[in-house]
This record gives sequence, C-alpha cells and structure tokens, in this order.
Amino acid sequence: MKKIYLLLTMFCFSVLSFAQNKNAKASFEVDGVCMMCKSRIEKASLNTKGVKSAVWNVKSHELKLIFNEHKTDLSTIQKNILAVGHDTENLKATEEAYETVHPCCKYREEKVVKDHN
Amino acid sequence: MKYILYLILFIPFFMVSQSEINGMVMDLDMQNKNIPLSGANVFWLNTSIGTITSDDGTFRLPYQSSYKKIVISYIGFKSDTLTIDSPKMIYHLLKASEELSEVNVSARKKSTTTSYLSSQNISTISSKELLKAACCNLSESFETNPSIDVNFTDAISGTKQIKMLGLTSPYILIATENIPSIRGASQAYGLSFIPGTWVESIQITKGAGSVVNGFESIAGQINAELVKPSTDSRVFFNAYGSLNGRTELNTHLNTNISEKWSTGLYLHANNRSKKFDRNNDSFLDMPLAKQINVMNRWQYSNLEKGLISFLSVRYLNDEKQSGQLSFDPDKNQRSSTVWGSEVATKRFEVSGKFGYVNPEIPYQSLGLQLAYSDHNQESYFGLNQYDIRHKSLYTNFVYNSIISDSRHKIKTGLTVTYDHYDEAVNSKFYGRKEQSVGGFFEYSFDNLEALNLTAGIRVDHHNLLGTFITPRLHARYTPWGKSALRFSVGRGKRAANIFAENQRLFATSRTINIENSSGELYGLEPEVAWNYGISFLQGFKFFDRKAELTLDFYRTDFQSQVVVDFETPYEVNIYNLDGSSYANSFQVEFSLNILKYLDLKTAYKFYDVKTQYKFGKLKKPLTSQHRIFANLSYEIRKTENDGLWKFDTTFNWFGKQRFSSTTLSPEAYQLPTYSPTTSTLNAQVTKVFSSSFQVYLGAENMTNSTQNNPIISSENPFGSNFDTTFVYGPIFGSTYYVGLRYRLN
Repeated sequence: MKKIYLLLTMFCFSVLSFAQNKNAKASFEVDGVCMMCKSRIEKASLNTKGVKSAVWNVKSHELKLIFNEHKTDLSTIQKNILAVGHDTENLKATEEAYETVHPCCKYREEKVVKDHN
Repeated sequence: MKYILYLILFIPFFMVSQSEINGMVMDLDMQNKNIPLSGANVFWLNTSIGTITSDDGTFRLPYQSSYKKIVISYIGFKSDTLTIDSPKMIYHLLKASEELSEVNVSARKKSTTTSYLSSQNISTISSKELLKAACCNLSESFETNPSIDVNFTDAISGTKQIKMLGLTSPYILIATENIPSIRGASQAYGLSFIPGTWVESIQITKGAGSVVNGFESIAGQINAELVKPSTDSRVFFNAYGSLNGRTELNTHLNTNISEKWSTGLYLHANNRSKKFDRNNDSFLDMPLAKQINVMNRWQYSNLEKGLISFLSVRYLNDEKQSGQLSFDPDKNQRSSTVWGSEVATKRFEVSGKFGYVNPEIPYQSLGLQLAYSDHNQESYFGLNQYDIRHKSLYTNFVYNSIISDSRHKIKTGLTVTYDHYDEAVNSKFYGRKEQSVGGFFEYSFDNLEALNLTAGIRVDHHNLLGTFITPRLHARYTPWGKSALRFSVGRGKRAANIFAENQRLFATSRTINIENSSGELYGLEPEVAWNYGISFLQGFKFFDRKAELTLDFYRTDFQSQVVVDFETPYEVNIYNLDGSSYANSFQVEFSLNILKYLDLKTAYKFYDVKTQYKFGKLKKPLTSQHRIFANLSYEIRKTENDGLWKFDTTFNWFGKQRFSSTTLSPEAYQLPTYSPTTSTLNAQVTKVFSSSFQVYLGAENMTNSTQNNPIISSENPFGSNFDTTFVYGPIFGSTYYVGLRYRLN
C-alpha cells in the first residue's frame, strides 16, 4: 500500500504540472504480448469515462493516454487496466484478474512471451 | 525473447553526475571481436534528446528519471531499444541488419494486402507489387490484380480501360492523393497520363467508398499515392524498351533543401515511332505515340508543429497518331482517301495539400486540398472531329476529431468544385459549367475488437444535378480469428460526359443520336445508382503455409443511367434508361504462400451485367461473364549480398463476351453473338544486383493470342459499316521488353 501511495503522489506530480488539463497526456508501461492484449488494454482505458485516446504499443509496451482531468485521473485508469488483468509499470493485477485473460495472452509466462517473438 | 546479443554491463556509478548517462556502442569485426561503432544514433524514446556516438563509440546523454527507453540505431544495423532503470554505464552491441532479415523472412509482407480491420473493402497494392510488371503507366498497374479488369477500348487508340464490378472507369472515382483526377475530359486516356514510376502505392476500395472524396463514385474508388520528395530515392532512373516499338524514360530527382523543405522533379517521356501491322488489315496495331510529362513537387513537413504540406505542378503533352499504315497527317488529314486519327492532349495541373495534426492531441487534424487543372484535347478520328477543353477546380476541407473518445471518430468538411467544359463534336458545340458546394459528415465507430462501422452522409448542391443526399454505410464484423465480414451500401450520382467517356464511338461510321429528354446534360439526366456489397475474408493455414480466401458479392442498381446503345448498326443511340439496369459481380480469390518465396494468387470472377436497351434487356457488350486469374511469383535470394532474382507470371482467361447486335448489317459484316474466349500469359524476370540497380526482362501475351479481325470493314474505312469498337482481346501478339532501374538513396 505504501508503494501505491508513493506512486500516486508521483503521478500527481506529473499531472499537477498540467493543472486540470482537458487534454492531459500521460504514458506508462503496461505488460502484454499481442494484438488481443492491445485491444483489451485500450478498451479498458477508453471505458474509463474521460479518456479520449489510448494507444498501446505492442513492442515497447508503452500506453499513451489523453484524458480529461476534470473527469478522471491516472489511478482510475490504471485500476481499470489492472481489473482486466494487465500489470502496469509498478502495479500487479490480481491473480483473479490475470486469470481472465485469454490463454495466448498470459504475458507473465515466459513461454507465451517467447511464442510472440 | 529473440537472441539479440545484448551486452549490458552494469558498472557502479560514482563519478558522473546523476543527470547524465554514458555508454558505448559496438560492432563486430571480421574476427567477431567487439570494435567501437562511431556515428550511431542514440536517443531517448519519444523525445528529441539524442546524440551520435563519437570515434571511439562512446556517447553521453542527459538523463531524467522520466526517460525510460533508449534507442540505438545505425544504418545497416538493427535498431535496439533498451530499458533504462537508472543512469548506469551502457555497453551495447549492434547487430547488422542482414543477419536479422534472415531470421525474419517468415514474416515477409505480402505485396498486396487486404485489411482485416477496416470497415471498407480496401486492398493496397504496394510499390513492390507494382514492380511485378513493367507498369509503364497507371492503367497497366492493375494487370496483377484480379479485382480490376483491364481491357482495350477499341482497335484504334491503344487505350486500356479498367473495369471494376463489371462497370467501366467512369463509375470508379479515380484519385491521385485523394484528389479526384481521372474525370471529365481525362476520363478516356487519363490513366495513361500517370507514369508508373510516379506511383508509390494504390488503394482499391470496392463498393461505394467514403463520402469524403465526393458523390461520384458508384462501383468503387481507386487512389494512387504518388512518390514524395522526402521518401523517394534521391536519384531514380528507369529506361524501358519494348519490341513493340515503345521506349520510355523516367527520371526522378529529389533533394532536401532544408530540414523541413524537400523538392522533387519527375520527368517522364515515352515514344513509339515504329509502325506495326501484324494482322495485315492496313491499320496500325498500336498508335504512334509521344508523351512528355513533367511534375515538380514541394513538400514541407514540420513534425513538431504537426504541419505537412505538398505543392505539385504538372505539365503533360501527349500526341497519338493511328489509323491506316499509309496515313500521313500532313497530307491526309480529314481527307476521305486514307483513314487516320490524331489525338493531341495538353494538360496543366497544380495542386496543394495542407495538413495540420495537433501535436498535443493527435486525433485532431485539419486538411485542405486544392487542385486546378486545364485539360485540352484536340483530335480527329477519320472525318469525325472531337475537341474538348475542361477546366476544373476542386477544393476539399476535412476536419478530423473524436466524440468522447477515440472509438468514435468523425470527419466533416466542405467540398467546392467548379468545372467548365467546352466541346466541339464535328460541327456542334457544347459548353457547360458545373458548380457544386457540398458538406459531408462521416462517423466511424470501432469497438477495438470485432466490430467497426463507418456511416457517412453528404449533401451537395450542384447547378445541374440539383440538391441531393449521398448516404454511404460500411461495416466490418470479425466473427472469429483471422477473418472479416464486410457489408457496404451507398449511393452515387454523376454527370455522364457522353463524348469524353465514349470516344471510341468516333472511330466508327455510326451516326450519333442523342435522344433528348430535356435534361441539363446534353439533354440527358444524370446517372444515379445504388451499390450493395458483402464480402468475407478468411486467413488460415493450408498445410502449415499462410493462405487467404476472399469471397465477395456486389450489386449495382441503376435508377437512372445514360445508355450508350450500339445495338443498331450505322448508329449509336444515347438515351436515358427506361427501366432498370444492374451489375452483379461475384469474386472468389485464393492466395497461398506455397514456399517461403513462392506465392500464388488465383481468382475466379462472375459477372452478370445487364442494361435495359430500347429493344430489350441485354448483357452488357464486351464484358465476359467468367474470368479466371492466376499469378505466381517466386524469388531466389542470396544471403551473402543484396542480389536476388524475381520471377512473376500472370495468366488471365476471359470467357465469351457478347458483341453488340450486328444482325441488321450486311452478311459480310455480321459477327457471331458471342466472341471466342481469350487468354493471355505475361511473365517478367527481374535481376536485382543491389539495392540501387536492377534489370528486368518481360514478355507480354506469350501465347501470342490475338483477335483476328478487330476492325470491321477495315478495307473500306469510309464506308458505312466501318467499326473499330468490337474488340474483345489483344490485337498485338506477343512482345518482349527490357528495362533497368537505378536508384541512389
């Protein structure tokens, strides 16, 4: 929990500099392996009310976001991504959430990761 | 993970301050020893902070904790991205890219691809596919594509006409860089006015297509992207010579004037001065031709500010002479002793494109397209004279954005066009002005998985076509893996340029009758049609090799049509449709990657195209009901150097085609109801010596199949039965060509 708080404050810092921006930008890493992961991650982000654009790069694992700070914040978006089973840079999805991803998307298993390369 | 030789050594970090990161980039020498690599690019991903390595391979970069990834790249090497957790010393070994391409061959891209994700049925022909045939001009670029049929229009002009879904090119919106360009006066010969080397890629949309580019498209849209000064080779040279007497030269010169400005000069010239009459009908098998085509493009790109623009200027001069072998234009012009024809075209074009993408909000963009053209054709065909001058102005403004989030995209904008036509048909003059203002709105929904949808509507106010609505809808659904089910429906409306589109009627002795119905266009009503389509694409493994199956069915229903009726001898009647005409098209396409470098593409097509004539509903003349297509391409690769061989063959079979009725002609000039079947076989071998030099050798119509008597009454061209429009197959037999391409990057 401590870690989460620390992170949140860190995020807040990066967010504060834009001070309640309607088109706030952010990017962080989300783990995943394939195009199916891509649509799952982007969908989870976009299903967060206030997120306008979410683009996840399969190769670099970077998720680029544009969102309205009046309506949402990064922790909400991250929570939604974790909920569909994808680890972010600093947070791990719960086992239950991870279990829901398609077997070919099990990015935590080395074999699956290898198969996608 | 791929076995990329990362050599990252972590060395405790004492001496250098926290705000900097140091490292060294290395390469392997002949003895597989690490040697420093100077001049490599090193930069932080998604930033403009970067440097190049010094002579000893080392680099220094400022560091911030928000920087996570460092990219190391060097021409000839595979770029690597390293994740940096803290500012440590980095030692990195770059691998040469050749070695990597060996590992990557199984992921080789196909040269023609159909999207699995787009809502529209779009296939893209890449520049690689365009090199499979000599592709001297745009009309020949479709020879290796089954969706488009390429036919000769007549036995005189040597012009190839394209068809899609059984409908001729006037029903296809043909654009260059999304600006409608082959229309109006350039409809008949326009495709031969775009040199093949200028074309970077072609997008073919089957079905109604988007509303953004106008209301005219009915069967589909074809967009040719031209080469761009910033990405085309610095110097490109192409020479081509064929045994049929055609020679071509192409030169491209591109320079970057500054970081943001680049310019390119593109020159094309072709010539055919040798006369051929292999079938001994006293007529040239192919016209004598001369063309000079010059284009200058300017490109401005400022990616930081999100600005990109193009300015292009083009001038074309094209001259063709055809007719009887002994025809001398200076002596026999418009005389009734020797039949001859000349077509002289001059065209000037200027176009500009301005685009702005908000760098902060990449889904918001603005685009403005402006184009002006002045097309002037002076021609005669025997005793028939036809001149057309067409000035055209096109402006289109497009705004892209989203509603709530990027799953809901919108495009909206305004189109303003102006066309001025002046035509002289023998002693008659026709002049008209067309003006239109239209607004469009297109909404696309993408649920990021199985479904997307594009719904567009436009409202146009046109001085001759009236005020009307053009709705179009496209949807894609993916029921299971590697598949796409598409559906489309849309309406199109257009003003038929009856003479410009049907210039072949001048090379006959038929009298032209236009049956006025008090319409605004030559007394005729505009054409209106609805197009419906459904297609299914499935990718799968066939004995462990990649394969793809496409099925599609399209129907075009004409509500209003300008019927060009050749069914009565001695006359051609042009009138408005009374009843219904339709075109059904079914296509099944199968492609298979047989071996790593051996690809097969086959297709079968079925057409049912019927037109309501005055005297009954008949099959559209010169349209084969069945067509078979096959293309086989093979590459022999050597891994040591760049050299490779490419082989490509294309086979086309066309079923019987209906001839317009000749039952009322004298017996000697009567033709059977149907033409014989016909087939052609083309092949090309390309030897790639290096990335800058290649030579190709090709054969067209190798089996030497020809149509015996393409011209009716060729012995008496000024008699009443003379007709050159009954062409169903090749007139010239087999021919061979060679060419070379040289490029300097």
